[in-house]
Amino acid sequence: MALSLATSQFIIERDETRCIACQVCVRQCANDVHYYDEENDRVLSNDASCVGCHRCVTLCPTRALTVRRNPLEFRPNANWAAETLRNIYKQAETGGMLLTGMGCDQPYRIYWDHIVLNASQVTNPSIDPLREPMELRTYLGAKPERLALCGGAQRNPVLETVLAPQLQLEVPVMFSAMSYGSISFNACASLARAAQAAGTYYNTGEGGLHPALYEYGANTIAQVASGRFGVHLGYLNTAAALEIKIGQGAKPGIGGHLPGEKVSLDISRTRMIPEGADAISPAPHHDIYSIEDLRQLIYALKEATHYTKPVSVKVAAVHNIAPIVSGIVRAGADIVAIDGLRGGTGAAPTVVRNNVGIPIELALAAVDQRLREEGIRHRASIVVAGSIRSSADVVKAIALGADAVYIATAALVAMGCHLCQNCYTGKCNWGIATQDPYLTKRLNPEIGSRRLVNLLRAWSLEIKEMMGGMGVNAIESLRGNRDHLRGVGLNQVELDTLGIRAAGQ
Amino acid sequence: MAWANCENRYNDERVSSACGLFGFMDTTGKRHDGSRAILALQAMKERGNGLGAGFAVYGLYPDWAEYYAFHVMCRDEADRLEVEEYLRRYFRIAHAEPIPHTPVKGMGETPILWRYFVALEGAAEEAQAEEDIIVQHVMRINSQMDGAFVFSSGKDMGIFKGVGHPDQIAEFYRMDTYQGYLWTAHNRFPTNTPGWWGGAHPFGLLDWSVVHNGEISSYGINRRFLEMHGYLCTMRTDTEVVAYAADLIMRRHGLSPEWAAAVLASPLWNEIEAMPEPQRGIYRAIRQTYGPLLLNGPFTVIIARTGQMIGLGDRIRLRPLVAGIKGSMVYISSELSAIHLAEPAIEHTWTPLGGEAVVAHLGVAPEPPSVGCAVSEVAPEVRYA
Repeated sequence: MALSLATSQFIIERDETRCIACQVCVRQCANDVHYYDEENDRVLSNDASCVGCHRCVTLCPTRALTVRRNPLEFRPNANWAAETLRNIYKQAETGGMLLTGMGCDQPYRIYWDHIVLNASQVTNPSIDPLREPMELRTYLGAKPERLALCGGAQRNPVLETVLAPQLQLEVPVMFSAMSYGSISFNACASLARAAQAAGTYYNTGEGGLHPALYEYGANTIAQVASGRFGVHLGYLNTAAALEIKIGQGAKPGIGGHLPGEKVSLDISRTRMIPEGADAISPAPHHDIYSIEDLRQLIYALKEATHYTKPVSVKVAAVHNIAPIVSGIVRAGADIVAIDGLRGGTGAAPTVVRNNVGIPIELALAAVDQRLREEGIRHRASIVVAGSIRSSADVVKAIALGADAVYIATAALVAMGCHLCQNCYTGKCNWGIATQDPYLTKRLNPEIGSRRLVNLLRAWSLEIKEMMGGMGVNAIESLRGNRDHLRGVGLNQVELDTLGIRAAGQ
Repeated sequence: MAWANCENRYNDERVSSACGLFGFMDTTGKRHDGSRAILALQAMKERGNGLGAGFAVYGLYPDWAEYYAFHVMCRDEADRLEVEEYLRRYFRIAHAEPIPHTPVKGMGETPILWRYFVALEGAAEEAQAEEDIIVQHVMRINSQMDGAFVFSSGKDMGIFKGVGHPDQIAEFYRMDTYQGYLWTAHNRFPTNTPGWWGGAHPFGLLDWSVVHNGEISSYGINRRFLEMHGYLCTMRTDTEVVAYAADLIMRRHGLSPEWAAAVLASPLWNEIEAMPEPQRGIYRAIRQTYGPLLLNGPFTVIIARTGQMIGLGDRIRLRPLVAGIKGSMVYISSELSAIHLAEPAIEHTWTPLGGEAVVAHLGVAPEPPSVGCAVSEVAPEVRYA
């Protein structure tokens, strides 16, 4: 093979005074960066293969390792960034489409970071969540326009209205779709256990549901995607809710591809495909070519589950998102999940991930406003994703109009992910985005789920603190309450789209 | 909307205020003058700052009970003629006259105040449809006419309000000349530059009137939910959303006051989970359906309509509310002292729990709650007045 023109992205510095040649780094790195030189009893590193996942740094018992970014050795050029050059070198060498993992890393404006929250002063007491009740409970699903109630509160009350099935969340944060296949069984098990312990839901993604995880069905949202992998009646009926995946924020408009080498016996059984066969999800569902086709699938799923489970439809945030979601609501979805530009993925073409779709903040604001103008906001819950990084993002999303949020990247980070963006290689040193048994055993579902539960608990405490500051003690008083938001450093078009005022106004 | 905005000259998102409230109702329907209400507000002078006071009176216009009584304030005579022309176009005006008033020393400029007794031209198919039409007309006048504001639009009731201390407003409108079976009264302490009479309480729509003490932190979503149901929140006071919410859930959706209280100040989830069925399922459904109408933050309101007076405080009692009963009379107040002053022989007084509504119905003898109620066998000595 000819010499690669793509230079290494990281430099590994080994403090020889600290290194005891224990070879932990050698064993931990699936990219074979570190190797042992027996003759000299030294551990050496080939930093060209390093992806910057920090597994070796974290596990080195003597703290001998430092991984630094390779300083930009190219001549400075505002137009031709180093990454652009590296991409061209790689493509010139391979002739292939460049792949990447996780969400868009380009410096598009992150609107969350230009929105600030309100707090009470004098005219309105703030509420101390340590002393007063502070309610985060959220119900997802279609709500009636009105209730028909007879009788008094105490004497023979009768509710004549029948409510659609609802999901009950103790914290308005759910774990977003990540399939068994794209992530390991242990990662799936961590998410499932954590969802159950925290009173929320996790999403199977499009890879079916491993039989060992059926016991978490009451906290499971089962996805039905274009590949229909692992979809059967038992799968649908085990879950608490169903989700039709139309699109994904990281790769709107394109499908998915799980390479055959990742399709182990277990995955083949779960997905109901031959072992070692590529699992290809077509870009569109081949039975959904228009909105009325979507309606048919929504009702097919409702029929199959006897109208006992809410049906969600997940779409990527694209230019016309408001009318698209309006159509989805009218097609009968109980929940609409919208995944923004920065949503993550296990594998996507880099060019698509970095250039297609719109930021979730703008999509959410536009959708919520449109559904209200059309008088149908109550007919579906809105769940947003891509990307929610902190409790502050959750609060801002809910104040913009979301009923709940999905997190996936944040959940992976809680389990150890260091955002090296190499999920598609299947060599995840953290045991998350891999099927290699040597790697997957690194993630203990006990520990993984505990870390996830901790994350949700910490965010809950922070959300309650922020709500108390705003003087509200129930999340429904925050939901869609854009009066509590102000924009900093945004232009008028952005403010108008977000439906918020500028700070100081 | 320019005139209405003079209350809100800095275009604040909303104007909030702290206040003193008082209301009483004779459940037999016997009409009384307003002296008790005026006296009660004087006892709570600390709760206002002279920048707004008002009264709502039910059973006010027995001679015109079939007509919607529109109380209109206008910037000048041209504005009044404009609104009169509008009313003439859509309504039959049975009677029109200036609202009687007396100049009061210390009060600033006053708007032109008229009342019109009107009926819709042609009968609507049903009562609710007719009321919806009235709501639309009131909203249109208030949001589109520059110098006119309909501040009372119910049948056999009326709102009287303005910028001034309660005693000044009472004297100005000659409140001693009016009789009603239900009175609510308000003394205001706005946190904002005053200037507009329409910003005073009670706030009214149809025969609803609301007096309100508090700041509603959920205003943003309450407003957006009501907008989805056709209410234009143009006044930028949080009191407005209480009136519209009451209209939506009680008149249009037909919920009883008790269920309405469960919407506006719902029980906590752990309280709901502890309820027996079917209550548990119903309260859960109420929060699921009407969650956006939950009034959050500190508030006490007295909501009145024909034959009904409802006192309600927020879920965690951040603003005061007390109630009392004497025979057929029900009293609701911000302070107990005001009740004692208005009715020295009060029989029962109590402090309602957060979110627990005090409801008085015309023709239903009031009953004190079974627990938590103080019984005054001897009238306390009155040291005021």
